[in-house]
Amino acid sequence: MKDGDHVAVGGCLFSRTPLALVRELLRQRRRGLTLARNLTCTEGEFLMVAGAVERIVTAWMSIGLPWGVSKIMRHYVESGQVALEEWSHLALGLRFRAGAMGVPFLPALTMLGSDLMAVGGTKSLQDPYTGETLAAVPALFPDVAVLHVHRADRFGNCQIDGYPHMDGDIARAATTVLVTAEEIVGDDETRRHPDRTVVPGFLVDALVHVPFGAFPHECYGLYEADFDHFGEYTAAIDARGPTAVADYLERYAYRPPTFADYLGLFGGERLARQTRRARELTVDA
Amino acid sequence: MSGPCNAAELLAVMASRQLRDDTTVFAGVGVPLLAAALAKQRHAPRLTLVIEGGIIGPEIAPGRLPISTNEMRAGRRAQMLPGITDAFLFAQRGFVDVGFMGGAQIDQYGNINTTAIGDYGKPKVRLPGTGGANDIASLCREVIIVTAHEKRRFVPRVDFITSPAWLRGDDSRRAAGLLFGGVSRVVTTLGLLGFDPETRRMLIEAVHPGETVETIRANTGFELGLASTLEVTAPPAADELQMLRALDPERRFLG
Repeated sequence: MKDGDHVAVGGCLFSRTPLALVRELLRQRRRGLTLARNLTCTEGEFLMVAGAVERIVTAWMSIGLPWGVSKIMRHYVESGQVALEEWSHLALGLRFRAGAMGVPFLPALTMLGSDLMAVGGTKSLQDPYTGETLAAVPALFPDVAVLHVHRADRFGNCQIDGYPHMDGDIARAATTVLVTAEEIVGDDETRRHPDRTVVPGFLVDALVHVPFGAFPHECYGLYEADFDHFGEYTAAIDARGPTAVADYLERYAYRPPTFADYLGLFGGERLARQTRRARELTVDA
Repeated sequence: MSGPCNAAELLAVMASRQLRDDTTVFAGVGVPLLAAALAKQRHAPRLTLVIEGGIIGPEIAPGRLPISTNEMRAGRRAQMLPGITDAFLFAQRGFVDVGFMGGAQIDQYGNINTTAIGDYGKPKVRLPGTGGANDIASLCREVIIVTAHEKRRFVPRVDFITSPAWLRGDDSRRAAGLLFGGVSRVVTTLGLLGFDPETRRMLIEAVHPGETVETIRANTGFELGLASTLEVTAPPAADELQMLRALDPERRFLG
């Protein structure tokens, strides 16, 4: 990743966010980035407070209903320090899909008539066959895609369980694809379940084995998001504003030398609890 | 009324009654999803929920209401996980009967703002944004809005049209290229509102028990007409409240 890159982040909100890669991006002190993500969560706040990001392209930004409207987002957007470029959720999905398809835009029936059309400069067009009005949703070709997946093999073939989100399209649309995986499996394992492969290896530029690579966000079936952690994080923001996030980054991103040290801050007991809960919510549900 | 209930409970019960069996509903998290889960349990067992996280046909468990549209609770016992873009494309193709959503600010034509209070470029308050609300409002065959009824929410003109309903009234929705859909009903804590079939202006269709046309008008920032027949809704029944409370025992969305 370079300064000024347009970075697309896989997963959605606090689901399968590639937080180990975001942490590394913070540690490299990148600047001037544009972040594209369908629903933006704490990772967007981190990048705002770190001064890494100039623009966030998204459909929604906050952590989730129980934690209210993001005070960090409000602070940086209302003061004009970071631009929040809003697209409808489907429109952003179609931007990645158009990129994935290698076409400059996709016609769609969404966003028409709304003020979101003007935000990203979306043009409408006449259907050449019927004359009907359509939104021409422009393709998005990110410089870099960062993804976290359940398993991958040494060739970079990536498999995802549960929600696929937009990762498959993001990987196809991006120039460079960086992946972390919960598990590295043998070649035969991929071939046993090829239907589960969401990103073929020839798209992937780099792959790293990072168990709990989305924590404290969730990874479907493997660990639940740590809502207590979100509560502590937002309580600190309520009390001290962006300084609380700067302190958080010091503690969780900059100071721990390795990702294992980072996970150590949460503790094995916490990780085991979240793993149990994920099982209760999926396999045993 | 069968025992007292709070405003969120009343809203969820009244909203759940809008949903019919054997239909598909695109439900946003919070009270809309809670109301859809109640409908599915009580009177619409073959209601298919579609959730923004890319989820078709989940069975939401009591005590396990999802906090977001894409966390594990949202997909419990789902029938299909097509991904986010494809979930919305089912709606664009015309397969989703009802869109069920909330809203921060709503105007007399049912348009909703969840983007910004004040100017978009220099907002007084930046809200989280559309999420999938714009797509639900644009693409479902019918949209039902579920919201608290407060004067500050019901404004003559929203600051920003995040989710299009009838735009500027008359045939402006169709003229913008939106081929079908539109808001049919607004379920509030005070009553049920509909829209004039010609002008597409909001009007009062029913009042909840204990409320009057006057209280509704006093809590609305624009002029509200009356439907040709004005009804009074039946109060929440004991079994509705019991099932609803069992769905959200932590009172995460019921207050």
